[in-house]
Amino acid sequence: MTMTTRDAGATARPAAQAHADDAALLRRLYRTMATVRRLDLDAVAMQRQGIIPGYAPMRGQEAAQVGSAAALDLRRDFAFPTYRELGVAVAMGVDPVAYLASHQGAWHGGLWDAAAARLAPINAVVGGAVTHAVGWALGAKLDRTGGVAIAYFGDGASSQGDIHEAMNTAAVSRLPVVFFCQNNGWAISVPASEQVAGGSVAARGAGYGMPGVRVDGNDVIAVYDATRRALDRARKGGGPSIVEAMTYRMGPHSTSDDPGRYRTLDEEQSWLARDPLALCEQQLRRTGTVGDGFFAEVAETAGALADRVRDDVAALGGRPPEEMFDFVFSDPPAALLGQRRAWEESRHG
Amino acid sequence: MAELTTMQRALNRALDDALAADERTLVFGEDVGTLGGVFRVTDGLKAKYGGDRVFDTTLAEAGIMGMAVGLAMAGWRPVPEIQFDGFSYPAIDQIVNQVARMHYRSRGAFDMPITLRLPSFGGIRAPEHHGESLEALFAQVPGLKVVAPSTPAEAYALLRQSIEDPDPVIFLEPKSRYWHKDTVSDEELEERLPVGTSRVVRPGRHVTLVAWGAMVARCLQAAELGAEDGVEIEVIDLRWLKPIDADGLAASVARTRRAVVVHEAPLTAGLGAEVSALITERCFAELKAPVQRVTGWDVPYPSPVLEDEYLPSIDRILDAVQTTLEYRRG
Repeated sequence: MTMTTRDAGATARPAAQAHADDAALLRRLYRTMATVRRLDLDAVAMQRQGIIPGYAPMRGQEAAQVGSAAALDLRRDFAFPTYRELGVAVAMGVDPVAYLASHQGAWHGGLWDAAAARLAPINAVVGGAVTHAVGWALGAKLDRTGGVAIAYFGDGASSQGDIHEAMNTAAVSRLPVVFFCQNNGWAISVPASEQVAGGSVAARGAGYGMPGVRVDGNDVIAVYDATRRALDRARKGGGPSIVEAMTYRMGPHSTSDDPGRYRTLDEEQSWLARDPLALCEQQLRRTGTVGDGFFAEVAETAGALADRVRDDVAALGGRPPEEMFDFVFSDPPAALLGQRRAWEESRHG
Repeated sequence: MAELTTMQRALNRALDDALAADERTLVFGEDVGTLGGVFRVTDGLKAKYGGDRVFDTTLAEAGIMGMAVGLAMAGWRPVPEIQFDGFSYPAIDQIVNQVARMHYRSRGAFDMPITLRLPSFGGIRAPEHHGESLEALFAQVPGLKVVAPSTPAEAYALLRQSIEDPDPVIFLEPKSRYWHKDTVSDEELEERLPVGTSRVVRPGRHVTLVAWGAMVARCLQAAELGAEDGVEIEVIDLRWLKPIDADGLAASVARTRRAVVVHEAPLTAGLGAEVSALITERCFAELKAPVQRVTGWDVPYPSPVLEDEYLPSIDRILDAVQTTLEYRRG
């Protein structure tokens, strides 16, 4: 395992060009992170206001999610999210309304076209989608597309047997997978110290014969660089690797959770000083390419989007109820079609 | 021209033909590659189609089924094997929460044309966890189709049908029938047995026996003996356990007016209860006796020396037949 913060290897470009490229990337990442922050805060507010029944906030994990997803090649890669991946979805271009439709209650997996977006539906089984990434990666390898699967999971999920099965299989067959662990310190109320033996998910890579890197998950450039290296390696046939982004879930596990029962205000305050959005703003200001006007414009644009998202989520309403039957099978048996007819008759008396 | 073959060879031929017919079809599982499977059902397929399309997996059942989900999402047609019935339990989360739901969850973005081949049921004097009957468990899961063949010809046709189906199919192979020889005609190799169809294996007019897998042959033996006493027993091979051919059941029982369902799984909440309910719903007026169930007991599948005490015997089947014949309304 190696600990990286910044990409020390990216020195081949002329310094001025590298500086300009980095600044452009930072502006793009900052814009997405700020947008996600605003949408996440609004989603919590919408829950409090009764517009959506529940939500899993990701505030504090914007750098880990946006930095990793921004490194994907959306023409050929594919991402497998958990249920706390608003930042990934937004960074991949998924309509936030389609994502929040899951929390609004319209459809468990969300309403986006998962095949077109290259982002699998929301998966509420902790670690449940990680073996899917392995299968998808095998398919990509057989098709020689150069595509890489990225599997998102957390420190809590790292305890699941599926994660071991996935990592072992991917490593045995050198499959193009990036195992992206957001170690946010807490699995609901259980700290990572009581969850992760040895203290590091990345270190487990050694046992599987694959690289594992631990990065500052609140440093978006560090996350972006580490993910890009892992993707490049997989794309070139180098096999899977682990990226463990050390971050912090600044909010509750869900809108039903009360972190005051298991962690201290001091701890939360100490992580507030490492707010990934504030860190990104500092990095961006240091490039000297943007001033206050940029940040004001980003905030205004994000606010307008959030207003639109709020209106559209509130207007989502219900789905056509026959969808309850229509998506169970591709080729539904007559017995199920019979139940669909019985349901229709029961509605019309 | 009819060829004498075993179910094991018929399944092998079905996989061979499926691999030849569609290059997106993949066969994988524990020991299915170089070894050809512990029952040799995949014998020779890796050599013929290469290690990319027929391959050994790690010894990880949840991983196998999760891999199948991902492969299906990438546009492949996975035909995984879990080596024995009892070892599908470690994969239940993937089968129930993922395989059965990804089409639903994704609103049809991803078809799940996965056929899980699962050597199943008892009768081979095996160690613990090698004789389980899981049809009721899988039949209860929305999004799955469940099937069990009883003859070599059926095994071929049903496996081809299952692999071609766009939805997940749990394919329960009765291992005690793997080595039983029967004829398969060229016409039967062209057959498909559509989802939800059953077959009257032996016609009769006094009582209907409903069975699947290895119990079909046992019911046929019981019918032979019944005939010697003048009892004409109709035997239905249910084949598809979800969806069940309720119309076929009703058509038979409406004529015979008596029914006995036979399965290896334990009694309570077994598929016999579903079969009984379907018959009762459709044939209540015609029935001359309550539907009887002859099943395994509500005990863990026992050790080899007790196997015959557990499995439905011909005597128990005939006793149940007798019960329906002698039943008088109070």
